[in-house]
Amino acid sequence: MSDEGTTRPASSGAARSRRWRRLDLLDARPIHLDQLTVEAPEQGLVAFPTAADRRPSLRMEDGRVVELDGQPEADFDLLDEFIARFGLDLAVAPEAMAIDSLAVARMLVDIDVPRAEIQRLAAGMTPAKLAEVVALLRPAELVLAVAKMRVRRTPSNQAHITNRLDDPALLAADAATAVAYGFRELETTVPVLEHAPSNALALLIGSQVGVPGALTQCSVEEAAELELGLRGLTTYAETISLYGTEGAFVDGDDTPWSKAFLCSAYASRGLKMRVTSGAGAEVLMAAAEGSSMASLESRCVSLTWAIGSQGTQNGGIDGASVAGSVPDGFRELLAENLMAMTRGLESCSGNDTLVSESDLRRMGRTMPLLLAGSDFLFSGFGFVRRHDNMFGPSNLNGEDLDDYLAIQRDWGFDGVLRWPGEATIGERRERAARAVAAVWGELGLGGIDEARIDAAVAADSSQDLPEDRPHAVSDAAAAIRERRIGLLDAAEALRRRGFTDEAERLLAMARERVRGDLLQPAAIFDERMRCLSAFSDPNDYAGPGTGHAVSVARRAEIAAVRGVLDREALLREQASAAGDVELREIGEATAGEDPAEVVVAVSPAFGLALHRALDGLGVGRILREILAGIEEEGARARVVRVRSTIDLGAIGLAGARLAGSGIAVGIQAKGTALIHRRDLRPLQNLELYSVAPIIDARLYRLLGANAARHAKRGRPVPAQNPYTDQAITARYHARVVAMTAVEREHVVAGAPPVELAVAFPPAEPLGVGELAPAAVGLAPVGEEARR
Amino acid sequence: MTAEAGARALSGRPAEELTLERLATGELVPGDIRISAETLRAQADLAESRDYGPFAANLRRAAELTALDDAELFHVYEMLRPGRASAAELTELAAWLEAHGAALNAELVRSARDAYVRRGLCR
Repeated sequence: MSDEGTTRPASSGAARSRRWRRLDLLDARPIHLDQLTVEAPEQGLVAFPTAADRRPSLRMEDGRVVELDGQPEADFDLLDEFIARFGLDLAVAPEAMAIDSLAVARMLVDIDVPRAEIQRLAAGMTPAKLAEVVALLRPAELVLAVAKMRVRRTPSNQAHITNRLDDPALLAADAATAVAYGFRELETTVPVLEHAPSNALALLIGSQVGVPGALTQCSVEEAAELELGLRGLTTYAETISLYGTEGAFVDGDDTPWSKAFLCSAYASRGLKMRVTSGAGAEVLMAAAEGSSMASLESRCVSLTWAIGSQGTQNGGIDGASVAGSVPDGFRELLAENLMAMTRGLESCSGNDTLVSESDLRRMGRTMPLLLAGSDFLFSGFGFVRRHDNMFGPSNLNGEDLDDYLAIQRDWGFDGVLRWPGEATIGERRERAARAVAAVWGELGLGGIDEARIDAAVAADSSQDLPEDRPHAVSDAAAAIRERRIGLLDAAEALRRRGFTDEAERLLAMARERVRGDLLQPAAIFDERMRCLSAFSDPNDYAGPGTGHAVSVARRAEIAAVRGVLDREALLREQASAAGDVELREIGEATAGEDPAEVVVAVSPAFGLALHRALDGLGVGRILREILAGIEEEGARARVVRVRSTIDLGAIGLAGARLAGSGIAVGIQAKGTALIHRRDLRPLQNLELYSVAPIIDARLYRLLGANAARHAKRGRPVPAQNPYTDQAITARYHARVVAMTAVEREHVVAGAPPVELAVAFPPAEPLGVGELAPAAVGLAPVGEEARR
Repeated sequence: MTAEAGARALSGRPAEELTLERLATGELVPGDIRISAETLRAQADLAESRDYGPFAANLRRAAELTALDDAELFHVYEMLRPGRASAAELTELAAWLEAHGAALNAELVRSARDAYVRRGLCR
């Protein structure tokens, strides 16, 4: 490998001075905080199988597996043995193993091969076989395969809800808000283990505010987690770790058998359960045994199926950045999700670890899965702020909510989330905080006073809460544990304090627990308590026009993000800026004869319906600057309105034909301006200020001055656009479209230009104070000129 | 897609009886919100019919485990962790499970024992 790109420049001064300075800039970009690394297959630091990995094979004798992926039975490790005994459909295996891996890979993206058929064959495939298959898929093919193979038709999403203080009112308020945004699973954990019962109860209460049915989890040590679940304080668990090698398994103090038993133990208490695995875990334990990440994860997925778990949380998880450090790493993470789906397992698809300091790169990791859809797009979208996420920051977090909603809107995929509206958020947060306070009060778990409730309702994170009662949470948690407080106690407390809806929703969750449907693969409850699972809502994607569709109502929800401009809002905004100039029509404009006369030609709606340009300046202010510039250079200005066109070239040219000097300034209300001369073609001009949002008062004055210089055959001073790195079109194009439409409505076809009498209000200009650039531009004209 | 429309809790109480009215009278007890072995077996039947064999087997093991209390569950789990039990102890554990109506779990423990012996994970 060449060392180019990784070496620093020679330290000699001469070499340094000739180094491309762009590299200094690039060196300082956040991407360089991510530590990438070379592949090291012997340490497992490689994404997909290499020649060193075990090759797919399966040999059977008398209905018994005697060789698995090149390993004879006598040398089976714990994973081989468990998979061989419990995880292979031996009736299908000979057929499945005989199909060429490339043929299977093509079946995965062939819309005419049903998902069920591939799932049937996958049940007979060894781990090495499935790893070999998914390694053959390119990124776009992976996306299509995931869209087709995920088991539940309706996608869903999970949120992390935690805070550094384990504050119950804030947990409940955040849980209710996450549900309002559309999350259907909420996962919490504790920085302090003994707080777990308090967190679980607060999360349960908050999760059922507004709409029923969100599932909740409190990720702690297994015994504690089972106990919480048994009493109905949680409904699912997902932190039962599997590993791809025997060494890692035993280091984790478990075996496939102990995990299989745990899996049954959870089900025996009516708890939904999925396992956790994913690239990097074994590498981090130095126990990868020379296998690629995809190979090891394929073993985990086989094992997940074999122990009888309904699903898995995979796709990197805690080790996602290990995968990210090597080539093809992010592709491998998506392939992990696909392997689980191909086996018919629920996929809770990772994206729950911040994989990069670069915003571009972290979204690059997550985007393909969003396009494809998954049972759970995130196995924890960090709904709270990064610093309050006790799992560590997720790949997307509370800071990213509006970005996520915008991207969902851009592509029209169902990313499950919505903007609930400020009123709903306020109501739900208050209701949740009060419900927790009521339960705490009713059950004697400690008082949560009005000030605390108010603080929690408004809090962006636990940093907004006073840390005044260090033992309140542990006291409440101890009481819940010792008095064995459970779902029924919480429901009764809610009922007594008048939270009837929430009490009923807790009971609804209890009824569902008794019915057991939530144990089914990929089960969730929708907001009407319908159980959606691999059995009741199977993914039936088979190409365009099939599978999960975004309904008309859902599309409207996706479209309705914050800050969307509509015509009424634009007109209100424009009207609020009116009043900084009065333009009175005084009759049809005639041609001037004064050779020192410059015409300023304004657009049809300038100062009529449109009063503020894109740069934030009022149109009166702009006009004053232009007029002042013209007068400073000893020319005389006359203002006309061109009514027959919105085209700036035509406006300027019409003005120039009226001007005694043959020179005119043309300007639209959005602030785009030019200098025109009567003998030029419409689309020619002398100077053009095309990027209206970055033109400031000084430049408008210079435009006026230059127009005057042209009129007097003097030498204009070149106007240079200011430097900018704004996303100009993203910021302004929607507004340009709306303003241009208003201009067009004011067009009077064939009408000649009219002359305008211009009057500026005597005092400070009115109504232009809202936008900062305008505020800067409020200095009197004379003062500006002296700068 | 309910496996059993009239599901009853471990206590025998039908799921529909978990109502606010009964909550108010204080008649509901923790066993009323626990899943029953019958419901787990019905879910297992459904899973079997959908070609989810290992998942169904898990639910059938779970059905047996509804009869065990938490401490017993954790005892079995602990014994299955690497290096905790001798082969004889695992044989004993399997017999104990069998005697408590958990034949499928007993079978799992016996297969663990055989694998642990071969891989040197018995105490």
